[in-house]
Amino acid sequence: MALLTDKVLQHLHKYGAVDTLQLAETLKEEHQKVIGSVKSLQSLGNIIEVEQASRTKTELTAEGKSFVENGSHEAIVFAAIPEGGISQSYLMKAVGSIGKIGMSKAIQNGWIKIVKEEGGTKVVKIVDSVDDSIRNKLKDVLASGTASHLDAKALADLKKRKLLIQTPVVYYNIKQGSDFTTQLVKLETELTPEMLASGLWKEKNFKPYNFQALGTTLPSGHLHPLLKVRSEVRSILLEMGFSEMPTNRFVESSFWNFDALYVPQKHPARDAQDTFFLSHPEKCNFIPKEFMERVKAAHTGKEFGTLGYGPGWKEEEAYKNCMRTHTTAVSARMLHEIGDKGEFQPARLFSIDRVYRNETLDATHLAEFHQVEGVVADYNLNLGNLIGIMKEFFGRLGIKKLRFKPAYNPYTEPSMEVFSFHEGLKKWVEVGNSGMFRPEMLLPMGIPKDVRVIAWGLSLERPTMIRYGIDNIRDLVGPKVDLQMVYNNPICRLDTN
Amino acid sequence: MPTVNVPRDLLFERLNRKFTEEEFDHLCFQFGVELDEVSADEKDPTITIYKIDIPANRYDLLCVEGISRALSIFLGDIKPPIYKAIQPTSMVQTIVKPSTQSVRPFIVTGILRGVRVTKNIYNSIIDLQEKLHHNICRKRTFVAIGVHDLSKLTPPFTYSADPPTSITFKPLNQTKEFRADELMEFYQSDNHLKHYLHIIKDSPVYPIIRDSTGTVLSMPPIINGDWTKVDLEGKPEKIMDLFFEATATDITKANIVLDTLITMLSEHSASKFEAEATEVFYEHSGETVLLPSLTTRTQLIDVKETNSVVGVNLKAEEMSTSLTRMGLKSSVKNKGSISVDIPPTRHDVIHVCDIVEDVAIAYGYDNIVAELPRTPTVARQFPLNKVTDLLRENVAQSGFTEALTFSLCSVEDECEKIRQKRIEVEPTLAKISNPKTLEFQTCRKTLIPGLLKTIQANKKMPLPLKLFEISDVVLVDEKEEVGARNERHLAAVAYNKLPGFEIIHGLLDRIMALLEVGEGNYWLEACDGNPTFFEGRGALIKVKGKEGAIGSLGVLHPEVCEKFELINPCSALEINLERIL
Repeated sequence: MALLTDKVLQHLHKYGAVDTLQLAETLKEEHQKVIGSVKSLQSLGNIIEVEQASRTKTELTAEGKSFVENGSHEAIVFAAIPEGGISQSYLMKAVGSIGKIGMSKAIQNGWIKIVKEEGGTKVVKIVDSVDDSIRNKLKDVLASGTASHLDAKALADLKKRKLLIQTPVVYYNIKQGSDFTTQLVKLETELTPEMLASGLWKEKNFKPYNFQALGTTLPSGHLHPLLKVRSEVRSILLEMGFSEMPTNRFVESSFWNFDALYVPQKHPARDAQDTFFLSHPEKCNFIPKEFMERVKAAHTGKEFGTLGYGPGWKEEEAYKNCMRTHTTAVSARMLHEIGDKGEFQPARLFSIDRVYRNETLDATHLAEFHQVEGVVADYNLNLGNLIGIMKEFFGRLGIKKLRFKPAYNPYTEPSMEVFSFHEGLKKWVEVGNSGMFRPEMLLPMGIPKDVRVIAWGLSLERPTMIRYGIDNIRDLVGPKVDLQMVYNNPICRLDTN
Repeated sequence: MPTVNVPRDLLFERLNRKFTEEEFDHLCFQFGVELDEVSADEKDPTITIYKIDIPANRYDLLCVEGISRALSIFLGDIKPPIYKAIQPTSMVQTIVKPSTQSVRPFIVTGILRGVRVTKNIYNSIIDLQEKLHHNICRKRTFVAIGVHDLSKLTPPFTYSADPPTSITFKPLNQTKEFRADELMEFYQSDNHLKHYLHIIKDSPVYPIIRDSTGTVLSMPPIINGDWTKVDLEGKPEKIMDLFFEATATDITKANIVLDTLITMLSEHSASKFEAEATEVFYEHSGETVLLPSLTTRTQLIDVKETNSVVGVNLKAEEMSTSLTRMGLKSSVKNKGSISVDIPPTRHDVIHVCDIVEDVAIAYGYDNIVAELPRTPTVARQFPLNKVTDLLRENVAQSGFTEALTFSLCSVEDECEKIRQKRIEVEPTLAKISNPKTLEFQTCRKTLIPGLLKTIQANKKMPLPLKLFEISDVVLVDEKEEVGARNERHLAAVAYNKLPGFEIIHGLLDRIMALLEVGEGNYWLEACDGNPTFFEGRGALIKVKGKEGAIGSLGVLHPEVCEKFELINPCSALEINLERIL
């Protein structure tokens, strides 16, 4: 190989420029080998200049070559027919395997015809002599090595009859480069500690880098996309002055999950169709007695200025354990704690944690998801404050265009669903739910009458799916996620789109 | 959330207004219902149907009469009607037998006279019943409704509960008579009715309403009798007297249902919005009830307080007008208070806060000025979450990738799949009583199976795979208030051509260093008692001064790999973070 590169350089030294096909012929080497040495010279810098080119190579097939030698099939058939004709079967025997094609072409050319006679068919000449033009064309191609003189139809015809094939050939035009030399020096691939120590690097030439290639994949760990969003939302809420609630309690009693939130005992959310109940431990061990009595009074309309939901509130229902359906169960515990303290302290609280629904699963619903919840408790809060908080919070998530729809929620009144304009879908989509907790929920907890509590909630998955354009929730959460997606996920910047 | 389908043209005709779809959508949004979908009628594609989502507590919007009436009032086109129940000289009576008390103890009744029934109104009667049955009546368990042609009946009526073998009648749209027990059998194959049979099937007596001649009005909550059905007999219009009955297990809901039916359909009766009072007599208590009650309740609200909740500054007159637009007829009293009439259509109003919301809706949520609360607070993180987030970053920096897997799983995941004995593990699991699939049988108490499933789904990825998760598991604990508690765990797995015990061990060393558990203060103790690990390659993690182990690590048993279809060896670590924080 080294020898061949020398030969290439010598040739260029003598002639200045050449193409690789020619060079292969001159050097009597295979074209591929010549290309190999050109490539290795090219990698050494500007010793040679290389330009890729291609041309069409035209060759006769074995059959094409036999046409040149013996004449075309149709000419052979014509020549085999004597004056006065010949029986078809005799003719076929005389000319052998080429007979069938030869005869049909000869008929097509109007050279011969078939005459039906008693006792069989006979083939007779129509013309006296013929010009075997196809053979002449092939002769020319063989001699010149090109088909460029043939018209398109004739060329197509020859190709169709598989007499001639054309293949594209890639070759290279090469000439001397700016650093042309016939004396090759081996290029170093990398700087080494030895070169640095000895100063040898000053004399060495280095192989150029390919800056078009990608870098290597680094061995690294990655955080999960949804949990990155969780951290970011957590920071946002902390920045907004919200304290984090201890939500590490997945199993909750119906009392805290529903009754304390003034969800009627006959509400469909408390059906086995919608909520996971526990078989073990089936019931909770403890509910604060006095508080439960006040909750019961609120539900049955005995106290707290409400008609309630009618008679029939059952303690057994409250004791049933469930997988919490919202983190609001924890908010209820926190508000009860605040109410129990006696002296009211304003509070901003938040949580982001798992909640559970026994619902039909689809592309956007799982049996468990993360709920983000915020609560503000203070004297004389109003709906404008709730809207203000929503605009601030969603704005920081990058969700800026908001509107608010009246809605029904058993534990908030007034309630508002938060809608945002989805630029992709070109419509308003619900992004969260919010409201002011009902007095029937707060008064039994001992929260003072003029204290109002505003709250909102949303799923963490939904804005994450919208932000990263994920259609199926299983592509984001659970064991089936593609780890490559996790590896490639960018840092979480919710306010950029 | 219930959805009501109303023909657009009928709705607009009733509203006496025309809207573009966008205008109507906007109106709905402001009012608090949602135009969910616009489609063509299944039978007649030339009719445009509006599908409207209704809040779950607004039973008065479940039919075209209700929606158009409420919107007309909201638009200021009409005033809220006043509903009345007039007592006739002789009242239609229903006698309730004590036998009903064990199965379906309540009945409420009412009459609308001279109802002009057309095809559309007939459809409304049927649809409204259907919607009420499906929502507030909870598929007829709480309440079941029957509407009858009074002219076919001879009061008084008797509501009793009889043994199925002694009930025989021709049910609605059938050609022959059935005995009740045979009828229940017959309806087993009825796609619509079979869902309601369970409500009374096991009761020794079935509820039945008859007139004084013994004609059956209905066998609630299953089916009405055929004789008393509301039938146009092919005519375009017919004037009829309608008898409404609703039997129930919940009297509050029964009254709401009856009031809703009567108030919605009374606009078609001879004297508009007027019902005829009826009487229900309970034999066992001697109590007599006049129905429908159609009570309008009056509630005083404080203007200043209401303004303060909404965050506006409306004058008493403006507030009163707003409430009237919401169907709550109001008038200004002295000293800045408003007297609000709550009509029998608005059973959703149970507290002053419900009225306040209507003030806000009438004012328009989007018109309220946004202002951040001035609540002064100092924010704190929940310490366990704070350290979790710090650790997540650090474990990822050690080259592990975070997984997020489900906290519910099958019992098998916690037992057989990781070679643990079911008899030992199952009693410690917090189990779900009503899972729809095996995947949600129990709360997990270990994180490792979730990580192994993640590897199982990602076998195409280049090796090594190093995963971790920090999340809560749930353990049964009798000492806890709910009998179970969460525990924060950290788990990690390394999956490669070689088991990589030293890698998982290295991660443990790193975590201990990060949590300031010094070298020499923790150690591994060989443990062959844990069948999840390969013999001789599993260890307990002990920490000085802590009783028991805080976790374990080791090379997974080949049979565990096999259960998760893993083709390479794998080592794993799981620790209870709460014990070393």
